[in-house]
Amino acid sequence: MKSAQFDYHKPKNLNEAIALLGRLEDAKLLAGGQSLVPMMNMRFVQPAHVIDVNGIAGLTQMSADVSSVTIGAMVRQAELLRSKVIARDLPVMAEALRCVGHFQTRSRGTIGGSLCHLDPSAELAVVAALYDAEISVQGPGGERVIAFPQWPLAYMMPSVRPDEIATKISFPLWSDPPGYSFVEFARRHGDFAIVAAACLINLDSSGIITKCSLSIGGADQIVHRLGNVETSIIGHLANEEIFEFAGDLAGNMDTMDDAYVSGAYRKRLVRVLCRRVLKKAVERTKSGGQA
Amino acid sequence: MSEKKSITIKVNGISHSLEVEPRMHLGDMLRLELNLTGTHLGCEHGVCGACTLIFNGEAVRSCLMLAVQADGAEITTIEGMALPDGTLHPLQLAFHEHHGLQCGFCTPGMIMSLVAYLQDNPSADEANIREALSGNICRCTGYQAIVKSALSAAEVMRGETG
Repeated sequence: MKSAQFDYHKPKNLNEAIALLGRLEDAKLLAGGQSLVPMMNMRFVQPAHVIDVNGIAGLTQMSADVSSVTIGAMVRQAELLRSKVIARDLPVMAEALRCVGHFQTRSRGTIGGSLCHLDPSAELAVVAALYDAEISVQGPGGERVIAFPQWPLAYMMPSVRPDEIATKISFPLWSDPPGYSFVEFARRHGDFAIVAAACLINLDSSGIITKCSLSIGGADQIVHRLGNVETSIIGHLANEEIFEFAGDLAGNMDTMDDAYVSGAYRKRLVRVLCRRVLKKAVERTKSGGQA
Repeated sequence: MSEKKSITIKVNGISHSLEVEPRMHLGDMLRLELNLTGTHLGCEHGVCGACTLIFNGEAVRSCLMLAVQADGAEITTIEGMALPDGTLHPLQLAFHEHHGLQCGFCTPGMIMSLVAYLQDNPSADEANIREALSGNICRCTGYQAIVKSALSAAEVMRGETG
């Protein structure tokens, strides 16, 4: 037996889950379990109570309209990867999902679980940052909607209170479907990325960048949008020179050291991956970047 | 603390009702409660892939699921791969023929992963197979033979040979 002892609860609906969160001391929500269970098996976490939210109806729906795609917090990563809506409206998410663990973990792992665990290398967090996704959380006081820039409070600490539960994530769509790309560098396929980068981009008919979103995971304690790089390249022609410039500017960001990878190495990866992700996103715009 | 829970679970077509401690994961339950020791436990934190099995039609890590979560589920393990008369599954045969195993520790996970993967991707090529197996670790350095076995079994499963 690997995990320490805990009491298991399986609420049937959201209200029951919120009531349990309010009543129980030291409780953890169990979504897909692909991060929580390993941490419990290694006894990094030893919650007194585990609240399994897999039985709650209403957290597994997906809906889409012209302006957004909304995904229930308990939608599995494998289902997102199979979804025609995601392939059509959020192709960058599909590209990122192929790098999330392995197909044997995506079969259980959920989007809400990933965003609440909030590993800074998590591919889905990089995509959520890219779109300024809005996360809905439900608590005893009702619903709050948190835009992604306000979601990470610190390393692996989302802006969700102990008695709240994430219910859905909404991705606002761009009016003009953007060129997109997701790239990452990891030691092996399926490992957490050392650095991951994602990009959305619009060009006008002459190849000038009119809108751009660029996000970076793994480089620092939280996922970042590179607003300074975005604003510096808007209005410029999308060419090799601007990709180089963007990469160099991105490479100035603060990066973290850990036992395996130095901050300097991460900076270099940020530079290289930003260049690549921009280039690939431009190639996927309608004009293919050929003005 | 940690009151036992009653669960009913169908493993390889046979229904079992038992009481489990919430902290017991599915892999341990199979091995310790049902004596189905074909499912191997390596790292027990989701990295090595040895404990992979089919849970309601999809490949999952049995070390990352609690047994209580499998209440009402249908599970297939390596013990459920051969036919009742002992005829091996094409993947098992291919692993045998192409030396796809040495010590055999990773083999159940390899086979259960491949069963699920080839069901969804019957015409997988070598690159696909290598990516699909990136979540299964072999420490006898037998990947070449494992990939060869998988490709050969895929042909048989598509009905092209064998």
